[in-house]
Amino acid sequence: MSNKTKLATVWLDGCSGCHMSFLDIDERLVDLAQLADLLYSPLVDHKTFPDMVDVTLVEGAVSSEEDYEKIQKVRAHTKILVSLGDCAVTANVPGMRNPFKVAALYERAYHENAQLNQQIPVQVIPPLREMSVPVHQVVAVDVFVPGCPPSADTIFFVLTELLNGRKPDLTGRTRFGA
Amino acid sequence: MKRSQIITFKIDGQDIAAREDETILELARQNGIRIPTLCYLESVTPWGGCRLCMVEVKGTTRLFPACMTYPQEGMEVSTVTEQLTTYRKQVLDLLFAERNHVCSVCVSNGACELQGLAYELGMTHVGVPYLNPSLPLDASHPYFGLDHNRCILCTRCVRVCDEIEGAHTWDVMGRGVDARIVADLNQPWGEAISCTSCGKCVQACPTGALFEKGKSVAEMQKRHEFLPYLALMREGRDGDSEQ
Repeated sequence: MSNKTKLATVWLDGCSGCHMSFLDIDERLVDLAQLADLLYSPLVDHKTFPDMVDVTLVEGAVSSEEDYEKIQKVRAHTKILVSLGDCAVTANVPGMRNPFKVAALYERAYHENAQLNQQIPVQVIPPLREMSVPVHQVVAVDVFVPGCPPSADTIFFVLTELLNGRKPDLTGRTRFGA
Repeated sequence: MKRSQIITFKIDGQDIAAREDETILELARQNGIRIPTLCYLESVTPWGGCRLCMVEVKGTTRLFPACMTYPQEGMEVSTVTEQLTTYRKQVLDLLFAERNHVCSVCVSNGACELQGLAYELGMTHVGVPYLNPSLPLDASHPYFGLDHNRCILCTRCVRVCDEIEGAHTWDVMGRGVDARIVADLNQPWGEAISCTSCGKCVQACPTGALFEKGKSVAEMQKRHEFLPYLALMREGRDGDSEQ
């Protein structure tokens, strides 16, 4: 294994737009690859989270039981945890269901709006928790990067700072809903 | 009551010459010093409700709302200190947590004063748990909508409707976290007979709570620069002129 920074990215309850914005870094990804190895991510094929990672970017709110268990495992195996994007930072669009009861959501999604096989899934699809919450309401977060999604430039800046051992100061770079 | 004595005092170390009947906020603005605020609206009565314009005055530990405080001779005012920034961020924390401010899908995304202040003060997240209240959206008016999810209860709409339009369609009902903006006697906006559909409340609203129908995400731009001129033109019409 090289001496490069160990990087991971995780996708919880989000639209994958933050990961798309990460890919939008384009050719600068080559520069980042000189500094870091991507060990775990929806973009690579590893199935289990590594023992210890230096930096993990988390996209998405904590909405399901799977998200809830996953984020705690990720936190335990990550040095610097980054909430990437508005869903991770504020719960954003996933959180818009919070004023409703989960049973009402299932009813709307799997009965009212389904024409075939009306049934609430009990296998494969993880059950929803009562509330969809920001990552920092479940585990400690080290760096917050608001934005929907944060721009590729913002993500590149955050990673460059972190990979060079600095804590990124995002003042004036991104905002809620950006 | 007419006071016109000229006094001198300091804002952030800058010497300011002022009339006694101008507030610290007005004087700061005239001198190019920005003090954050959400409820202040030029040309209507200050309310002092948002607490974002709080400033420090040398010699006392009490904080003062700049929009409602008049300067005194020799006063030394500070508008940006570590304490004030901490308090301002706490106010924003509470505002964001109290209702459902989902910037990414809001009509005012990119043009919202609440969102803008969070950006300006370097706010990266909300430190307190969100309340996630269940709030209605009133779309009964033919031209405009009221989304309680985005309302910060600044009462600009209430004051502009009462003091400039003279209709007093809007008011506040309930207390604390249950307070709501209501039209007439808590009726749907479209049924409020006092409303003249002038739209000044929409332009005065700092967030996406009041909006024009047909505007989608990030399309709602608010313009209230015309309000002071309107107020000036209407001065004295009700016989309340100072002359």
